Amino acid sequence: MTFRLPLYNRVALLMAMAAAIAAVVLPFLGFAPNRLLSGRPVPLWAAVQGPGGLAILPGLVLLATPFLRPTRIGLGLTVAAGGLFAAGLVWLAGHHATELAQGASAAARTSFASGFWVMAAAGLLTAVDAARWMGLGAVGRLAVGGAVAGLVALQLATGHLDALSILKEYANRRDVFADAVLRHAMLVAAALVPTLLVGIPLGVAAHRFQAVGRAVFPVLNVVQTVPSIALFGLLMAPLAALGALLPGSGISGVGPLPAVIALTLYSLLPIVRNTAVGLDGVPAPVREAARGMGLTPRQIFLRVDLPLALPVFLSGLRITVVQAVGLAAVAALIGAGGLGAIMFQGLFANALDLVLLGAVPVILLAVAGDALLSIGIAAATSHIGLSPGRNAP
Amino acid sequence: MIDFERVSKRFGSWTAVDTVSFTVAEGEFRVLIGPSGSGKSTVLRMINRLIPADEGAIRIDGEDIASLRPEELRRRMGYVIQSVGLFPHWTVERNIATVPALLGWPKARIRDRVTELLELLNLDPRRYRTAYPHQLSGGQQQRVGVARALAAEPRILLMDEPFSALDPITRASLQSELSAIHRRTGTTVVFVTHDMDEALRLGDSIAVMDHGRLIQCATPLEILTRPASPLVRDLVGREEWGLKRLAVETAGDRARPQERVGGEPLPSETPLHRALSEMVSRGAERLPVVDGDGQPAGVLHLSDLVRPAPDRAA
Repeated sequence: MTFRLPLYNRVALLMAMAAAIAAVVLPFLGFAPNRLLSGRPVPLWAAVQGPGGLAILPGLVLLATPFLRPTRIGLGLTVAAGGLFAAGLVWLAGHHATELAQGASAAARTSFASGFWVMAAAGLLTAVDAARWMGLGAVGRLAVGGAVAGLVALQLATGHLDALSILKEYANRRDVFADAVLRHAMLVAAALVPTLLVGIPLGVAAHRFQAVGRAVFPVLNVVQTVPSIALFGLLMAPLAALGALLPGSGISGVGPLPAVIALTLYSLLPIVRNTAVGLDGVPAPVREAARGMGLTPRQIFLRVDLPLALPVFLSGLRITVVQAVGLAAVAALIGAGGLGAIMFQGLFANALDLVLLGAVPVILLAVAGDALLSIGIAAATSHIGLSPGRNAP
Repeated sequence: MIDFERVSKRFGSWTAVDTVSFTVAEGEFRVLIGPSGSGKSTVLRMINRLIPADEGAIRIDGEDIASLRPEELRRRMGYVIQSVGLFPHWTVERNIATVPALLGWPKARIRDRVTELLELLNLDPRRYRTAYPHQLSGGQQQRVGVARALAAEPRILLMDEPFSALDPITRASLQSELSAIHRRTGTTVVFVTHDMDEALRLGDSIAVMDHGRLIQCATPLEILTRPASPLVRDLVGREEWGLKRLAVETAGDRARPQERVGGEPLPSETPLHRALSEMVSRGAERLPVVDGDGQPAGVLHLSDLVRPAPDRAA
């Protein structure tokens, strides 16, 4: 008699296989005598020796998750295993880096290597997929993500990860790092203000008058296709000329001003388009009934159009925020500062961990913005029961 | 009272409504019927100024509606449309309370009124008050639509093919509920339909329109027996004409009041086509009729169903 394991979760199987192969074949960490030399690979089996290896026990559960029944408990276990595996890998990396640092010079560097990234990604993707399968709402997914992030933050706070190269880079730039994060967020926020002030009225106009839409959308679409570096470059010359005309105005071709202008131009399309599409999606009979009952045009806009268009508008805002967080990194090239500045320093110095120090917070900012707006969208949609764009009941 | 005096409406070169004059009396149930594009909906939507008239005057209780703010005018009338148009982001209660809230009624009064209306439309207030429109069936949504239109106790109710999208059973029950509400509240109703059976069943009077003109405005009996044009005759249809003819009179109208006979009695408001059906199914040529209090009101004879309409109806 043969026994066949029932396969329930193909995604988990794929991820478990990827993690297993990475664990055997790929280096878990890289250890270099200093930051300029390329390091020697440290395989996972070298790192798990000793009691510290227990940290990746959730990985064994992860190998079993493809065969768990997709019940709430089975999927919950899958989510937990994936998240804890990723957090455990970070812990193990910190733990082993501390061991390697003993008896090595202060210039020695321990960095994450490809095996770490593949395994961590496999764990997180398994967790994300299972969370979605469970039907976890935006708040639930944020809670799971927050728990994993919290476990890593705890290790950061207790100094457990200090021996890792990325944190050594952080220690060297402690004073500029917080400024860079703040500056990055400010660039995005500064672009959002004009985007919303211009984009919402433009979207309303495009909804009301077809001619406005026909004029505006082709322009914004073209802007989207211009590569960001090219757009920054295009703005430099006119702004520099303007700055020369108005000495003392603070306008110049480099720095935050062209960055904010370029980010605004990119951000307009999703805002204008989703404002217009959201309003277009308000069912005509609902407006007709509102008029027939004696709501004034202003009341119809505020009480009917606005709340019904809100979910689609918020998805546009979500695209805008995520896109702007990423594009703001490129703005460092024209001297706008932010996390991009740290990334480019790392690129030019061939210091990968410095690149990571800039890139990881960019990703976290984008993910956080995305998650918060997802919650807003869920709240705005929850009781409407009307998928955006659906027409007559 | 609604008064149209030589009212016209053109959209570009197309005349949707062509010098139409008519009067709807206080408390009357007036049906507007006609083929698509006949202008019946345009007439209805001119009453609450969703469409402004180009020429002529529309008066309500003697007051020209052009002199009123459109919103103020509309809040005094109920308005029901075929596609219902409930606000999907509001509960049933808030939907029904729309106009009372606009008029600034106190909260407690609005709440009581919503309860009353839900009961009137056969929706359990405990179950449906906090429901959202997407949780309701099509029939229930239109019940809420009618309740919403009646909320501020309007003296005029405008209905634009309100039941056309519903299944026959739901439609029939909403029709009889609307009849009952009309009898009870005495609200003036203007009701647009393209369905002659619905018009004959509901209307005190029926206005037939074609190409923007008013062809005939008469009682259901007259529409059946004296159609003013071939179009009216076509709208009525030759099929089952006899049953339609019977349906516009009741057992009470034709019963012989002095006679008495045994058997299960018919209520006097039973339409004659039902009475005929009863006779066929019971194999009886005579049936006793009782009035609203259950007192004997006479006997209906099979032979009376085929005799010509009594003089008073003609």
